[in-house]
Amino acid sequence: MIYADNAATTKMSDAAVNTMISLMNSDWGNPSSLYAHGQKAKEILEKSREDIAAAIGTKPQEIIFTSGGSEADNQAILSAAAIGKAKGKTHIISTAFEHHAVLHTLKKLEREGFEITLLDVHSNGVVLPEEVETSIKGDTCLVTVMYANNEIGTIQPIKEIGEICRKKNVLFHTDAVQAVGHIPINVCEENIDMLSSSAHKFHGPKGVGFLYAKTGVKLSSLIEGGAQERGKRAGTENVPAIAATATALAEAVKNIERNSARLSKIRNKIIDGLSKIPHSALNGDKERRLPGNINFCFEGIEGESLLLLLDDKGICASSGSACTSGALDPSHVLLAIGRPHDVAHGSLRLSIGEDITEKDADYIIRSVTEVAEYLRSFSPLWKDLNSGKKKFIL
Amino acid sequence: MALYSEKLMDHFRNPRNMGSIEDANGIGEVGNAKCGDIMKIYLKIENDVVKDVKFETFGCGSAIASSSMATEMIKGKPLSEVKKLTNKAVAEALDGMPPHKMHCSVLAEEAVLSALKDYGERTGKTV
Repeated sequence: MIYADNAATTKMSDAAVNTMISLMNSDWGNPSSLYAHGQKAKEILEKSREDIAAAIGTKPQEIIFTSGGSEADNQAILSAAAIGKAKGKTHIISTAFEHHAVLHTLKKLEREGFEITLLDVHSNGVVLPEEVETSIKGDTCLVTVMYANNEIGTIQPIKEIGEICRKKNVLFHTDAVQAVGHIPINVCEENIDMLSSSAHKFHGPKGVGFLYAKTGVKLSSLIEGGAQERGKRAGTENVPAIAATATALAEAVKNIERNSARLSKIRNKIIDGLSKIPHSALNGDKERRLPGNINFCFEGIEGESLLLLLDDKGICASSGSACTSGALDPSHVLLAIGRPHDVAHGSLRLSIGEDITEKDADYIIRSVTEVAEYLRSFSPLWKDLNSGKKKFIL
Repeated sequence: MALYSEKLMDHFRNPRNMGSIEDANGIGEVGNAKCGDIMKIYLKIENDVVKDVKFETFGCGSAIASSSMATEMIKGKPLSEVKKLTNKAVAEALDGMPPHKMHCSVLAEEAVLSALKDYGERTGKTV
């Protein structure tokens, strides 16, 4: 099997599995307990917090653990909204291609009376910092822009946006779920006030993540019921998973340059290979993208059948086609970069991981080319495009 | 449980009656690219019997399997029977499909009925 869906989830690293199992066997106490067995768990929890903070260039007291990226996004946005509302500021700026954890939270706030501005992400999938600047008004309480897009992998000008927000005295949050552990991040240097992250995207366990919030940003609690995480997130901490997160992140950050250089090279090879398929197009900027992300649209075919046939060939991938999600519309990300519905249905995302080989890349290129050709062979849409009855878009 | 039944996957992987018919006397096309599904059915009708049928489909796994199954269900059948084809029968013949995919079986029914209608219009016969 070639697993090329690392943006969906990753395999836990051996070191992270070992950390988790060993803690479930030995130091399984409740970190809130007074006796030594509990305090040992507390020590591990705080050491994990230190390691994670160090990995993103901040202090341990600015990290709180959550159930994952979605919770962190919800908490960051709702906290900023509460801070803003108390000052009569109810305008929030974001982008059209955020993850639904952000977009749906913003929708909820909109129903509560907030004004939401969603910035254009342009055809290359990159936000312009100057458009952030001109959108900021007197009552703007938050700018939230994802670090790297989960579908098309485009990396946003976070540092520049952070600088603008700092200058204008507006809180800045970034959903960095796809970026942490894959590209170097330093929240201080990049002027980030809040950042969301999820462990299972960097070879850590599922069901755990963290929210960084700069000192002075008052977080609201989504879950009440205890004094854990300084009262900002009730519930007994999942110490084995948190420690495994720290292990996985330390490992990822240690190897970030080597992995990123190698992955980018294989990514470019696959991009070049798939570009040879007629009437295909890469989605998102070719340069400003995550080292492991490849996303294409192929005209005249539908994404779900492409995925099923790739699965038969042992390749795990994903698509922004409506049929893969049960929704009527294709991916909001592809629509946001201006792909019409007709071609957005024929999208393929390959998110390769560190274990990929050059041979795997050749196999992927060959398989996608074959499957696309096969599906087009009996596609009435493809026939109409070739006969001139319909116009090619790509 | 997998998303699709084994039978549906078999029709998806090995579609029956795929292609087109040069001298078809009934052609039906339904769906559109915007929604991500287009189905085209070609009928060759002789003596009120579907002598041959082929399909072309742009769509997901269940759309391709529904087209394949629908063509198998009507091949060699008299028109009186063909016009009674329902999406429910197509879905059942595929051992069911997920609720959000049922529209694929509806498209298959509509494509067949639209081809029959085309045959009626071309020949002036009441189908």
